[in-house]
Amino acid sequence: MAAGVAAWLPFARAAAIGWMPVANLPMPVAPIEKSKRQDELIILNVSGRRFQTWKNTLDRYPDTLLGSSEKEFFYNEETKEYFFDRDPDMFRSVLNFYRTGKLHYPRAECISSYDEELAFFGIIPEIIGDCCYEEYKDRKRENAERLMDDQEDNKDAKLPNMTLRETMWRAFENPHTSTMALVFYYVTGFFIAVSVITNVVETVPCGSSPNMKEVPCGERYTVAFFCMDTACVMIFTVEYLMRLFAAPSRYRFMRSVMSIIDVVAILPYYIGLVMTDNEDVSGAFVTLRVFRGLRILGYTLKSCASELGFLLFSLTMAIIIFATVMFYAEKGSSSSKFTSIPASFWYTIVTMTTLGYGDMVPKTIAGKIFGSICSLSGVLVIALPVPVIVSNFSRIYHQNQRADKRRAQKMQKARLARIRLSKAGSSNAFLHSKRNGLFNEALEFTEEQRLSKSTSLLESQHHHLLHCLEKTTVSAHKHTHIKPYNHEFVDEQYYQQSYLDSGLQNYPSRSPSLSSQEGVTGTCCTRRSKKLHSPLANASAPAQMQPLKQTHTHQQGLQELSTIHIQSLSTSRSSLNMRVDEQAPLNCQSSQITTAIISIPTPPVTTPEGDAHLPAGPTHQNVVKVSAL
Amino acid sequence: MLSAIWETEGLQTVGIVVLVFASIKLLHLLGLISFSEDSVEDELELSAVRHRPEGLEQLEAQTRFSRKELQILYRGFKNECPSGVVNEETFKDIYAQFFPQGDASTYAHFLFNAFDTDHNGSVSFEDFVMGLSILLRGTIQEKLNWAFNLYDINKDGYITKEEMLDIMKAIYDMMGKCTYPVLREETPRQHVEVFFQKMDKNKDGVVTIDEFIDCCQNDENIMRSMHLFENVL
Repeated sequence: MAAGVAAWLPFARAAAIGWMPVANLPMPVAPIEKSKRQDELIILNVSGRRFQTWKNTLDRYPDTLLGSSEKEFFYNEETKEYFFDRDPDMFRSVLNFYRTGKLHYPRAECISSYDEELAFFGIIPEIIGDCCYEEYKDRKRENAERLMDDQEDNKDAKLPNMTLRETMWRAFENPHTSTMALVFYYVTGFFIAVSVITNVVETVPCGSSPNMKEVPCGERYTVAFFCMDTACVMIFTVEYLMRLFAAPSRYRFMRSVMSIIDVVAILPYYIGLVMTDNEDVSGAFVTLRVFRGLRILGYTLKSCASELGFLLFSLTMAIIIFATVMFYAEKGSSSSKFTSIPASFWYTIVTMTTLGYGDMVPKTIAGKIFGSICSLSGVLVIALPVPVIVSNFSRIYHQNQRADKRRAQKMQKARLARIRLSKAGSSNAFLHSKRNGLFNEALEFTEEQRLSKSTSLLESQHHHLLHCLEKTTVSAHKHTHIKPYNHEFVDEQYYQQSYLDSGLQNYPSRSPSLSSQEGVTGTCCTRRSKKLHSPLANASAPAQMQPLKQTHTHQQGLQELSTIHIQSLSTSRSSLNMRVDEQAPLNCQSSQITTAIISIPTPPVTTPEGDAHLPAGPTHQNVVKVSAL
Repeated sequence: MLSAIWETEGLQTVGIVVLVFASIKLLHLLGLISFSEDSVEDELELSAVRHRPEGLEQLEAQTRFSRKELQILYRGFKNECPSGVVNEETFKDIYAQFFPQGDASTYAHFLFNAFDTDHNGSVSFEDFVMGLSILLRGTIQEKLNWAFNLYDINKDGYITKEEMLDIMKAIYDMMGKCTYPVLREETPRQHVEVFFQKMDKNKDGVVTIDEFIDCCQNDENIMRSMHLFENVL
């Protein structure tokens, strides 16, 4: 139960007196607190720093180490305190969780050590409050990415014997793995540069014969350029074929962008050999190979796809709007260049990107006003997504830098080996001492019994409150022959079925569902908490299946069943149908389910004498421990 | 000829008008000018209410709790509401957590009014503890009085059928939808009928405090249930 709820439970129970005059049925008996314990201070000694708190505070969360009997393992007899050998700074936030009900993440702490502390104290990190949750998630994600990078690199370094194919593929993908790969990478890079420069130079006008106009160099030194071209294409073809051979999944390799660029760059040469007409086109495609070196830019653009999409979308919208406005504004003026809306697109784009060629200018006053608005808004629209792209770029760039830093594979291997050695040594010593020390520890169990009772007491009190509410809402029909029955909480599945066959007089076992332990859940009849049976109830389950009936003197024939439902996998309800008048015990051997389980203290048998003796025996055996946070 | 001039002029006028409106809208959006009377700064509510309760001795005298019990109560209260008062929203939240299946807000509203004896919109620790004192340690008379006060929504000394129906609907709302048997529309109404038949002795359509207390004292179930929560604290 949440801290807040536990604190207000006495108030809610007291206020339940407000239902009493309205109710027509007697109320169930309240769970009795066997031992009226005074609230006491507990001392928690965490590595020398003493924290003190009320016992009630810790009991608010019975699911955690400090709230359950698990802390008894850490009880120190001589000093009468609980000693934990953990970080006192981080313990502060753990203890504050008990006090305030909110878990905060201290930003100065390392994320993995914080996770360990939470795991030690049995607190799930999902309950970190909204104020700190974003930060926590971000740091966790960063950490996970870094770890994954580490793992990938380690994986690269570790594989001892790979086939030639795998070695080649690794060499191609990551040039830092071996010197051969590095050499290969640089050689191909050099040739890419050469082919691009060749392309560029081919188009430069290169001196002229006296009686002809200027010719580009390509036409002047055709043979030289052709030889260069052939050499480059040879090398590229060989490299492509080697990559194709080495790729683990050839189909996927052929579909990847880089390989398509390669093909597009090489193919025109061969086509040009066959058909000697179109030489110009092939040159353009060779320039595409430059993209091979711009991997980072490619990744950045891929990761910012949404921001780029947003930028594009907003720009398009703005262009259309402004072009329309400018067209209609300039429609009146004579000799206007804005002949149509698509013609105004050019003006809008040039203005919004603040280029301003000046080939189209507005002449009317309205046109000028709108033109100025257009240019101002263009600056804004383009400037907006840029920081996002920049930050993404820097993140990816830094990641790549980190990967490049691990070039010294040999040093890395040595470091790992040293770490492994020291770990093995220390763990051996630890196991040894643990084996020796285990028998020396004294475990304290005196308070365990009472603790288990107190956790179930809170839950049983809450159940009792809900049971009282059920009893209050009695439907009494005076003039019909339908027997009166009170309303009970049922779970949703059952509710739907009963709604469908409400004509039948079946009285299936009820299953009040409780999920208040998790606070407001928002859906009707949720049943989320896992329920644990108390061992006593399990052992004597068949015996407990006797439905405890009670006859109400005011409204005749009302009968109630107290049952314990067992959770199982199949959900058919056919054997749950029981008639109201049946006296037979519920057949629990049929492992039918209902999901939520609740303990209902048996209501007193009302006799005219008025004294209510409740069967004290089964009452507390029906109490079910609910584990919740 | 004239029409051509008018065309250009017209377009320009339209453009200028649109421009003026757009700029006014932009300024309004930026919050520089506001049209309606109520300004945005009215959001400064009294969120910094601090309330300190009376001394421990006075509370001890006024209620039937011992000193230790008052200490425990106050510690829990102050932990949950550091500002010292509970407002209606918190009440509704608390009740929603206890009764997640249904809608506890209406009943929480009535309960809030019953606790807020001085009707100032917030329940301070004194109100809280005095209410609890009656509920947990009071005589049967006082408890029944408190319950009557709860049902009497407008505090005029009479419980009418409409008031009772409101209360009943609020209680049934807390049960929620998923009940067995299915809650029907007329169920609260029937329940109110039963209640009035029991309580309204002179059949005048309202229940007074005396009728209420008389009838409750003659009803065994109610008497027994009044003692139900005595050991809560």
